[in-house]
Amino acid sequence: MAMRNPSSFLNPLLFFVIAISLFPLAISPEAHTLANIAPGVIWVTCMLAVLLSLNALFHTDYDNGVLEQMVISHHPLPLLILAKTTAHWLLTGLPIVLLSPLLGAALFLDSGSIGVLIATLLLGTPSLSLIGTIGASLIVGIKNSGMLLSLLILPLYTPILIFASSAISQSQYGLPTSAQLYFLASILTLSLMGSPFISSLALRTSLE
Amino acid sequence: MSELIVKELSCQRGYNVLFDGLSFSLSSGDILRISGANGSGKTSLLKILAGLNTPECGSVSFNQQQARTSEYQEAVFYLGHLPALSPELSCTENLNFLSRLHDNKGAAKTKGALLAIGLKGYEDEYAANLSAGQKRRVVLASLFINKAPIWLLDEPFTALDSDGIRILEEQINKHSDNGGICILTTHQECHLSNMKTLTL
Repeated sequence: MAMRNPSSFLNPLLFFVIAISLFPLAISPEAHTLANIAPGVIWVTCMLAVLLSLNALFHTDYDNGVLEQMVISHHPLPLLILAKTTAHWLLTGLPIVLLSPLLGAALFLDSGSIGVLIATLLLGTPSLSLIGTIGASLIVGIKNSGMLLSLLILPLYTPILIFASSAISQSQYGLPTSAQLYFLASILTLSLMGSPFISSLALRTSLE
Repeated sequence: MSELIVKELSCQRGYNVLFDGLSFSLSSGDILRISGANGSGKTSLLKILAGLNTPECGSVSFNQQQARTSEYQEAVFYLGHLPALSPELSCTENLNFLSRLHDNKGAAKTKGALLAIGLKGYEDEYAANLSAGQKRRVVLASLFINKAPIWLLDEPFTALDSDGIRILEEQINKHSDNGGICILTTHQECHLSNMKTLTL
């Protein structure tokens, strides 16, 4: 379905690539500086890219009435929402993970840190999709709600940002990173358990 | 004999009470037409019956199953104002999706259903390229596949031409002959056998 409307997943991805490539132009092309800011830059841009794509998660389905049919079908709603979230991650999170080694190298991250970057993105981006689904289901039906979504969701993303970028900077100094990765994994487990149920409640409320 | 029972239902939108203490029951083969002025709560009533909205008070049950239980939701089929079609999918894919969502093993029947509703040759057309009446027909084609005993149709005749209206009326009559229940709202005249009318 995404293939027939490629802008839905290509736009956030292109945003991710272009935004990251702006930093060397704006700050300094020097390797040392770039390597220092790389963890934060990649992770913040990744969050914004995911945020951009979240708006479309339920909007089209809401506008044409498919969402109503999903809510009243006898299948458990959390399961249907989890399927939508999985599709969202496959179309935004996974391409970002696949592109990240290239962008990490472009910002002069060493090979060990690129490995950690991939690990944090693999653990972090599914949480971004899951937590974002809660926000998207709350704002469904509200016109021009892009800004509202950012206000709702970005504060919830901060723990992920803190643990992920600190893991990468730790690895740049050769320090252990397992603690941060465990935290990211526990956030993922928590959001995987909670998000589908909270989203389904939010969605039912938004549709009334 | 299956029975849909509505007890003491009331619904409020904003500060307006749309209806209060509404009770009725329908059994197999009944067709109920809900009539009333614009804004009198026809759509709200259908949405409550579909399990989409919660009523202020009162209850809806079908064969002792309350609304919103999985058994109840399996028994109802609701078509609202919106077309319920994804523009990126073709007619066949849209119908397959709808019938899977309602767990009818009718995927093989989509072609026949599209043929019966008069959309031969449009099987692989994307829903985005269809006219309003054609979209309406695609959604109504799922009535040919559906096995749910209760049909809730909100303004099913809008955007249909006289031919489409005739096909739909035949299908609703057939559904009621087979022991199904159909509740619909419409402002148009329609020719349906054993139809009751409820005015809100």
